[in-house]
Amino acid sequence: MSIEISNLNAVYNAGLPYEVHALTDIDLTIHDGEFVGLAGHTGSGKSTLIQHINGLLKPTSGTIKVNGEDIHAEGYNLRLLRTRVGLVFQYPEHQLFEADVLSDVAFGPKNQGLTKEEAAEKAKEALALVGMDESFYGLSPFELSGGQKRRVAIAGMLAMDPEVLILDEPTAGLDPMGRDEILGELKKLHEEKHLTVILVSHSMEDLGQYAERIVVMSGGKVVMDGTPKEVFSHSEELTAIGLAVPQVTSVCRMLADAGWPVENNVTTVEEAKRQILAALGKALPEEEGAHVS
Amino acid sequence: MFREITLGQYYPADSPIHRLDPRVKLAGTLIYIIALFVAKGLVCYLFAFLFLVAVVRLSTVPASFLLRGLKGVLILLLFSVSFNLFLTKGTVLVALGPLKITLEGVKMAFYMALRLVLLITGSTIMTLTTTPNDLTNGMEKGLGFLKVIKVPVHEIAMMMSIALRFIPILVEETDKIMKAQMARGADFENGKLLQRVKSLVPILVPLFISAFRRASDLALAMEARCYHGGEGRTRMKPLRYHSADGYAYLTLFAFLGLMIVLRKLAPVWV
Repeated sequence: MSIEISNLNAVYNAGLPYEVHALTDIDLTIHDGEFVGLAGHTGSGKSTLIQHINGLLKPTSGTIKVNGEDIHAEGYNLRLLRTRVGLVFQYPEHQLFEADVLSDVAFGPKNQGLTKEEAAEKAKEALALVGMDESFYGLSPFELSGGQKRRVAIAGMLAMDPEVLILDEPTAGLDPMGRDEILGELKKLHEEKHLTVILVSHSMEDLGQYAERIVVMSGGKVVMDGTPKEVFSHSEELTAIGLAVPQVTSVCRMLADAGWPVENNVTTVEEAKRQILAALGKALPEEEGAHVS
Repeated sequence: MFREITLGQYYPADSPIHRLDPRVKLAGTLIYIIALFVAKGLVCYLFAFLFLVAVVRLSTVPASFLLRGLKGVLILLLFSVSFNLFLTKGTVLVALGPLKITLEGVKMAFYMALRLVLLITGSTIMTLTTTPNDLTNGMEKGLGFLKVIKVPVHEIAMMMSIALRFIPILVEETDKIMKAQMARGADFENGKLLQRVKSLVPILVPLFISAFRRASDLALAMEARCYHGGEGRTRMKPLRYHSADGYAYLTLFAFLGLMIVLRKLAPVWV
């Protein structure tokens, strides 16, 4: 499912003294099956942009086309769109309301018009995808831990079988283990089900590790768009808008500046390890260590 | 949808009205309301209207902003107008079956609508030009004399300011939860009454939970800062009257006085 945003403008409180230009002239195309990271400082317009993509907000001007169709055209079914472009809000656990986990996850599929049994089936599949087994089905969502609640909420979206999944800071407030679990599951879904994923985050560490393409926003505009390597090569510009390159990237950059034979646009710890070891003249222990010794 | 409610919303600007002591504005609103009930006849209402226009102009709040606030009370207005129109006894002008419109009814409805509009606009201008914090500070200080008869003025003011502070938060929260449920395919606009009521459950449950959570967090934060009520509490910025406040009081009392004079002297044309 491709998403084509052209010339999008969004203004809040138009005409009032506290008028805010949340988005200015956004042009952005997201292709089918991409894993896009959307980065930007608080207030840069990320959340506003993603709410436009599934039609929750109406643009002040500009168009949004999903699969070539204008979503604000007369007669376009926005409710159907919202089930195909799944949006998981920040702190999605705050939307849980049912008496037990299974019915909460089944809420979405039921809204799609499935019967109770079909919805429950979908819910079970989705819960399995996020790694929650039968023992959780009957529990109240409010008895779960923070990370578990978050996974239930994400399952609630997955149960609707979206083709595009947009997540707004899905790891905010989670411990490192919870973060890795959720992002790892996302990656798996992206690879196995060819889900288009848009991941909103200001953690460049996470985006560098998982996204194939990073879009950087600042002051309601798209300021950078490219692969993690391309984006991280602009570390000064990123710092200027309140973001930072991943720590591994800056470590490698410093090494490169100090004259080491290390590339200065490394994005993952794994890559950095390989390059630093190569620079030290040593082979990577796990991979080639066996026949060196 | 919630952005249209202006009552209780602050309009940021730097005008002579904004700078007045909140006590003056509170007292002023009270005086204006009293004056509206003193008013009788067209001349009095015209005078009250002009006074309000002058205050609005001074406050730099655009008129369109005030009118938008009136939209919310339109139903109340329609109710009171139609009740007065149809249920007042007197000389019958038009009769539609059991419904009779009388001359007295038309007059009553007209003045009632006028009074309500002026009343609402008058109080809205106060809340638009005073931050909720100033408002409760003003109330606490202005009603301080009630402490003598053991009215917990500080506690009431604190509750009010917390309640006011929570309105925008809860509005935002509701908006967020609604959107989150809409993203899950929930439908709040279509369906029969029962279905629509049922569709509110996915909003209300998370909303209540979040309200309780916020309340408990706030209580904890207040206790952690040793809050124990108003006893011996001092202020960082105590309220102090300035010369402009004195002139404002003078103007207000002059307005009330003139209103009483007008009621006695001006001919009641209609």
